[in-house]
Amino acid sequence: MAVDESLKIELGKQGVFVTTIQELYNWGRRSSVWPMQFGLACCAIEMIATTMARYDLARFGAEVFRPSPRQADMMIISGTVTKKMAPQVVRLYNQMAEPRYVIAMGACAISGGPFKQGYNVLKGIDRYIPVDVHIPGCPPRPEALLQAFITLQKKIDAQPLTGEGRPRHLDADAPGEFPVPEQGAHDLEPAANKNVWTVPVVIK
Amino acid sequence: MGNRERREGWEMKTIEEIKAAIEAAAPGAGVEIVLNPGPSTQHSLRLSPESAVKVATFLRDDAELALDFLSNVTGVDWLDKEITEKIKVTHQVLKAVDGVEQTVEETVEETQKRVEPGYLEVVYHLFSVSKKHGPVVLRMRTENRSDKVELPSFTPVWRSAEFQEREVFDLYGVVFKGHPDLRRILMWDEFKDHPMRRDYVEPDDYEYEPTAHDAVLAKAEAHRDRDQGSGVREQGTIVE
Repeated sequence: MAVDESLKIELGKQGVFVTTIQELYNWGRRSSVWPMQFGLACCAIEMIATTMARYDLARFGAEVFRPSPRQADMMIISGTVTKKMAPQVVRLYNQMAEPRYVIAMGACAISGGPFKQGYNVLKGIDRYIPVDVHIPGCPPRPEALLQAFITLQKKIDAQPLTGEGRPRHLDADAPGEFPVPEQGAHDLEPAANKNVWTVPVVIK
Repeated sequence: MGNRERREGWEMKTIEEIKAAIEAAAPGAGVEIVLNPGPSTQHSLRLSPESAVKVATFLRDDAELALDFLSNVTGVDWLDKEITEKIKVTHQVLKAVDGVEQTVEETVEETQKRVEPGYLEVVYHLFSVSKKHGPVVLRMRTENRSDKVELPSFTPVWRSAEFQEREVFDLYGVVFKGHPDLRRILMWDEFKDHPMRRDYVEPDDYEYEPTAHDAVLAKAEAHRDRDQGSGVREQGTIVE
């Protein structure tokens, strides 16, 4: 049940705190998103800079980088995903517990970037796992990663807990595991997970 | 190779002298000089695969050359070359000369095509740390680029060849005999192709190109004609 915003402020002035389960739940979710300690290329250097004192990602509740996917809530794909690495990225994502989020950081992670014409680079990790926020840039500055993180927090905040658009872990029908691509004779097989990624139609 | 002053200590035998030294130490080794016509004049020695390990060991152990450091191994893919030549051929032709049928010799210019088989080439760059000279460039060629692609490994002579020969095996498909651990090093084990070969066909995964230009645009255009929804592509498929 939604609470009228002005009424809520008015009640707050009187010392009465009104909230909903959804608000409280989402506040908890968005305020302690722990990233996985995981870097793939030069974007990882910017990600490390973001966590250090000058930019301080900890201000947003993402202070601890966890060395295990079991303890992490968010995966920052920071760098080039090669076709040799892609199955491991998907496998690590599968090993994370819900609720989990993905930020694809930089040109390589979102599209293959400057290496997209290479035979060995995946043209965007969103072909295999659902990505919440894409950040362009080569590499994106720490501010851009902070912006992406705030965008993710806003996205979490706006999610209803029931009905359409609820988070995956509250939806029994949502897929919990994403198929790990096989390394085939010429390319990764399959080339994309159709439940996650469909070819966007380019309109000229 | 640095300035003139530094070059003093870098004096090395010329390529002809190295060739002579090899032939003196290993008669019948079959060493050939491959000239580099460029301004660097960095000529190289082409070894025959049969005697290559023997020659390599000599280059490493010889007191004067002492090429104790192998800095670089790489491959070159030379495709089959089709050579078109114009040859004058003389034919016996029946011809009416002055109303009388006669056999006349006629010279005709014909174009002939012949295919010079391609090969894979491995290039080694040697230096001497103790003598401070180098590089000496060695080459070896395979017989062809399909089934006779074996060459002797230099890993027993220079340990630093191990990973680089694995890379040449991975990307060019040269099989090194005597290599202790010949596996792919960059691509995965199940991979079948050799991506640095000139006739390698890369996977066609240019389904979505919103800002395509140049080579990518050409590939994206080819995809535009296909049914975008079906997700079918030539190599590999997208699961339904």
